Amino acid sequence: MENILDMTIQETRSLLRKREITAGELTSLYLKRIQKYDKDIMAYLRVTEEDAHKMARDADRRMDQGEDGPLLGIPFGIKDIFCTKGIETTCASQILKGFIPPYDASIIKKLKDENFVHLGRLNMDEFAMGSSTENSSFQITKNPWDLTRIPGGSSGGSAAAVAAGLCAAALGTDTGGSIRQPASLCGVVGMKPTYGRVSRYGLIAFASSLDQIGPLTRNVTDCAIVMNAIAGYDPMDSTSIPQPLPDYTEHLGKDIKGLRIGIPKEYFITGMDSGVRKIMEESLSVFEKQGATLIDISLPHTEYAVATYYIICTAEASSNLARYDGVKYGLRAEGKDIIDMYKKTRLKGFGKEVKRRIILGTYVLSSGYYDAYYRKAGKIRTLIRHDFEEAFKNCDILVTPVSPTTAFTIGEKMEDPLTMYLSDIFTIPINLAGLPAMSLPCGFDMSGLPIGLQIIGKPLEEALMMQAAYVFESVKNLKKIPDAFRSKTSM
Amino acid sequence: MKITKEVVEYVAHLGRLDLESHEVDLYTKQLDRILQYMDKLNTLDTEGIDPTSHAIPVDCMLREDFVKDSFDIESSLQNAPERKGNFFKVPPIIEVEE
Repeated sequence: MENILDMTIQETRSLLRKREITAGELTSLYLKRIQKYDKDIMAYLRVTEEDAHKMARDADRRMDQGEDGPLLGIPFGIKDIFCTKGIETTCASQILKGFIPPYDASIIKKLKDENFVHLGRLNMDEFAMGSSTENSSFQITKNPWDLTRIPGGSSGGSAAAVAAGLCAAALGTDTGGSIRQPASLCGVVGMKPTYGRVSRYGLIAFASSLDQIGPLTRNVTDCAIVMNAIAGYDPMDSTSIPQPLPDYTEHLGKDIKGLRIGIPKEYFITGMDSGVRKIMEESLSVFEKQGATLIDISLPHTEYAVATYYIICTAEASSNLARYDGVKYGLRAEGKDIIDMYKKTRLKGFGKEVKRRIILGTYVLSSGYYDAYYRKAGKIRTLIRHDFEEAFKNCDILVTPVSPTTAFTIGEKMEDPLTMYLSDIFTIPINLAGLPAMSLPCGFDMSGLPIGLQIIGKPLEEALMMQAAYVFESVKNLKKIPDAFRSKTSM
Repeated sequence: MKITKEVVEYVAHLGRLDLESHEVDLYTKQLDRILQYMDKLNTLDTEGIDPTSHAIPVDCMLREDFVKDSFDIESSLQNAPERKGNFFKVPPIIEVEE
């Protein structure tokens, strides 16, 4: 049999359907791989072996009875940010250690309705605040392509687990690039859907006007399959868009002749690695050779995006994180009165970056500064949105790099938060505009580190983005799993 | 300097955070640098522009007003650090003279 890690979920499903393998065997394969490789990568915070076996047995029983479905018996890794009934959910924070949600997030419920298999909880920056997963309060996750480097963040555990073949697919969240940047640095596909396309009910909130949920997968087809399962209107999320759901797999395989691709000049100017630049230029010519037209465009307010973002996201975070007060769940430290108890609980329970953002967010919202920072940032957010609206008058999609560099080394940017913030310069504007965007592997630098390109679409046009991504993926046919983790594991 | 130690301490109090003194020093320095970077926003004229609060505007969604099941008391309390009967227990809120 061909290496199952190279198959799409559809191909794996076909093996399951023909009963050439069972969901139990498939689950054991991934659990064995986690046991063998994850001590080096540290992608999983917790492996839910018992639940995984139970869900696999259930899937097998259903298949024996003739049931079918696109994710039936498919093993997933889950970023530790989605409330899952009966399974510890920590957001990689000490303050939520031991928290067992009494309910399922809507997307977990959707995956359960598809009878997926829950392999375990994936590491992340604490409360999804960070670009390297180094802000996890539990462990440092390594990049499978070079174990001395970070996997990106905040969905670093998800990207690393997908890249090293420690799950069939993973879920992540993206507030300023937290799916796309780690996907890019680990050489996998990552989709941040349109704001409102995927329900966030049960997602532990970071910055509510920016947070969005999406898949990380080893190929574009899997991305489409998972999107089919998780997207759609949900009355439990008031920002959910009440639009019918397309079949995202329908356009895969169609050509891109005549597709107008905008190339924003502001994304190709400053601070880009020469390796990234070279691969990006080659990649653009791939689209051109496939019949697309490249159009030079400008997004003039790009340089203001990082400052705008860090005002809005910290303000919203300071408000969202007010709920961690030692009363209803999570950690509690002793205090002489209730205010003292709040303060000591939060001192003990939150890590460095989370505290930094709460302070910054509280500052920009505080009396006398609200207009100068938060209101000003909201207005510039409007200008950034208008930039994209103008661009999309003449283009169908935009293509840019995801990150100006490949994966940096562990510890490199930890003492300098501003430099860390600036590493998200190409992903942040898209969240501010609420647009869909995806990271697609497009090559490697001289050291063999993966590079991702970003496809940005109009609202709700994820299908067109994946159509273009599929064409590119078929032409390039890049290696998805590092050699060190490729060995076939017996079932 | 845009930020002083006193400002960081005051804001930390508003955000209900105790900070160690070395953290106050560190955050004072780092926030000062971050806020100086954010000053670049003031170079843009935004007169007459409405701020964005919803990137993808959807009409205010209202649901039918009917009674649905909610969490039972046990599952609502199962994660409580401290409880008394069917209540969350917390330290004193109102000071009592002894």
